Amino acid sequence: MRNWVAAGLALVMSYGQQMELAAAQTSTLDTVKSRGQLQCGVSTGLAGFGAPNDAGVWQGLDVDICRAVASAVLKDADKIKFVPLTAKERFTALQSGEIDLLSRNTTWTMSRDTAAGLNFTGINYYDGQGFMVKKTLDVVSAKELSGASICVQTGTTTELNLADYFRSNKMEYNPVVFEKLSEALGAYNAGRCDAFTTDVSQLYSIRLTLGNANDHIVLPEIISKEPLGPVVRQGDPQWANIVRWTLFAMINAEELGVTQSNVDQMKNSKNPAIRRLLGVEGEYGVAMGVDKDWAYHIIKLVGNYGESFDRNVGAGSPLGIARGQNALWRDGGLQYAPPIR
Amino acid sequence: MTRATKARADQRPSRSLTDYFYDPKSRGIMLQLTVAVILIWLIWSVVDNTIRNLEAQGIAAGFGFLRNTSGFDISQSLISYTSTDTHGRAFLVGLLNTLLVAVVGVVLATVIGFVIGIARLSQNWLVSTLAAVYIETIRNVPPLLMLFAVYFGVIKTLPRPRDSIEFPFATYLNLRGLYLPRPIWDEAIWFVLLAFVIGFIAAFWINRRAKKIQIETGVQPRVLFPVLGCVLGLPALAFVLAGFPVSFDVPQLGRFNLRGGFVISPEFIALVSGLTLYTAAFIAEIVRSGILSVPKGQREAASALGLRDGQVMRLIIIPQALRVIIPPLTNQYLNLTKNSSLAVAIGYPDLVSVFAGTVLNLTNQAVEVIIMTMAVYLSLSLLTSVFMNWFNARVALVER
Repeated sequence: MRNWVAAGLALVMSYGQQMELAAAQTSTLDTVKSRGQLQCGVSTGLAGFGAPNDAGVWQGLDVDICRAVASAVLKDADKIKFVPLTAKERFTALQSGEIDLLSRNTTWTMSRDTAAGLNFTGINYYDGQGFMVKKTLDVVSAKELSGASICVQTGTTTELNLADYFRSNKMEYNPVVFEKLSEALGAYNAGRCDAFTTDVSQLYSIRLTLGNANDHIVLPEIISKEPLGPVVRQGDPQWANIVRWTLFAMINAEELGVTQSNVDQMKNSKNPAIRRLLGVEGEYGVAMGVDKDWAYHIIKLVGNYGESFDRNVGAGSPLGIARGQNALWRDGGLQYAPPIR
Repeated sequence: MTRATKARADQRPSRSLTDYFYDPKSRGIMLQLTVAVILIWLIWSVVDNTIRNLEAQGIAAGFGFLRNTSGFDISQSLISYTSTDTHGRAFLVGLLNTLLVAVVGVVLATVIGFVIGIARLSQNWLVSTLAAVYIETIRNVPPLLMLFAVYFGVIKTLPRPRDSIEFPFATYLNLRGLYLPRPIWDEAIWFVLLAFVIGFIAAFWINRRAKKIQIETGVQPRVLFPVLGCVLGLPALAFVLAGFPVSFDVPQLGRFNLRGGFVISPEFIALVSGLTLYTAAFIAEIVRSGILSVPKGQREAASALGLRDGQVMRLIIIPQALRVIIPPLTNQYLNLTKNSSLAVAIGYPDLVSVFAGTVLNLTNQAVEVIIMTMAVYLSLSLLTSVFMNWFNARVALVER
């Protein structure tokens, strides 16, 4: 029996040691490289931002971030395991290490960035919250919504903005809160709510799925700032840098006119900024743990920011959202990336 | 003292360690101690690791977030709540909403379950077949599906606010809910409440006296009218005397919804009816098995004594059947309470939706929030069990 006790104790001790090893953070980059696959948290299905197409291939502006990071690290835009997450599940999935990267229309807020063990690495879409109503309701402004029932999805900053907006405008409303988008939309469509509220980009995407899109209008009021961006776990600056500079590389590429189709010729460009971006001059990628031609792979396999925007949510997509705030800074938008040098 | 016993007495203090090891009693204690130590150590290491991991990831820990302002609104609340209240208060709101569904659901499911269970045993072919069809259909549908069916059934069938179905006494029904006039009590209402309490005590006393007379003389005094007079008549009289101390807040059509009044939301209606119908099917089967467990001779003997059918059921069969019914019934009550967490799917603000949903996401304190939520369901289940065990002990067969 003594042997049994000893064996049991040994087992328990080794278990404890394993847990302590897990507590000491291992590098996400090494994990991804040794696994040969990036685990990327995406939306459960939001056309234009993250949704599987008819062939089951994930596509979207947020999905392109996953693909770009996989291109930079693994030189393959398809070595990704997409993990669809609801708004409620996403942070826990990231904190617990189930995913390496969360790219799922997530709003950058202070409390999330500081107190939740998360790090936001940039803004790939400047958004704001708005309302969608049925045309038959004859409402043209959100200021007219006093007394309305409003459907909303739980686990989002949407609920807070909604409360703030109605409180500051001294209006009443009745929130009906659902966990899943599909039920919230079902209730809105059945007439349980007068309005549905979420980020405007999503409203445009959702409008297309509601039978006749022209029966619904998006009200002009934008009631919040919603900077959406990719998120990583806190405590791994190297990995945060890789994700941050992946997005910057895409934006810089657009600014410098480097596209998916001309990236090979651009390697011979005389422009030093382009030569640095593509790794012809200098070894900028090496300092953050990837190869010096990391950005070349991103652009070759995924494209620059403008191309990604256009094909997923912009003029080249059914959503047809204008660049607006998401245009480059020199075109009057907010997208601005620090230089690679 | 013989030599043998003396020798044994001398031996006792000098028992070696091995003797203790092979003594079944001390060996048992040692084993249990070892297991307990390992268990405590395991739990401690899990807790310790969680805390250290959270610290390493820079996630705030502790229950301080409960005192922070919540900032979101909740559609239904039994206590006053606005977005300027705290997360702790939001927790209370969610808890009360869960309790409301559980209590209303348990009461309704019990009533419907008993009726259907008895109907299943009816001599009438149509009644028993209908009951059987109900039980077999409902029992075999997953509860979540049932909730979706009821919820979207409810909101797709009912009219829009402008075309509300109108009932007497300013009551309206539309897909935004059931609107009732909300009574606003004047201060004189305590007079009516007092009359009600007095009437209730009087009725209780009348009943006891009637029973005593019946036991002593065999005559059954008629108690229906005196009891009704005490319970209903007395408060009504007080109500008139106090000068009708109530006014009503009547719902009126606003631009989007009816305004004012008292609203029962379609989410609540769907959740309660879905859970009730589902659980009632199981309770019906439990009731049927309970009644069938009472030997046939009991019924025949009661009939032979001249009791009417209703009396046979009420006085002879049900009290004996309850002994078989109650333990599995407790299970169904626990299931109903736990299933009420499916509310989150159809937009009812229960504990899981408000606290383990919205609050968890706003604060990101997953560990604390889930522990609190689990503790609530655990306590609810334990309390229900304790109550039902007490009740079971009360009705259990007293063997002489």
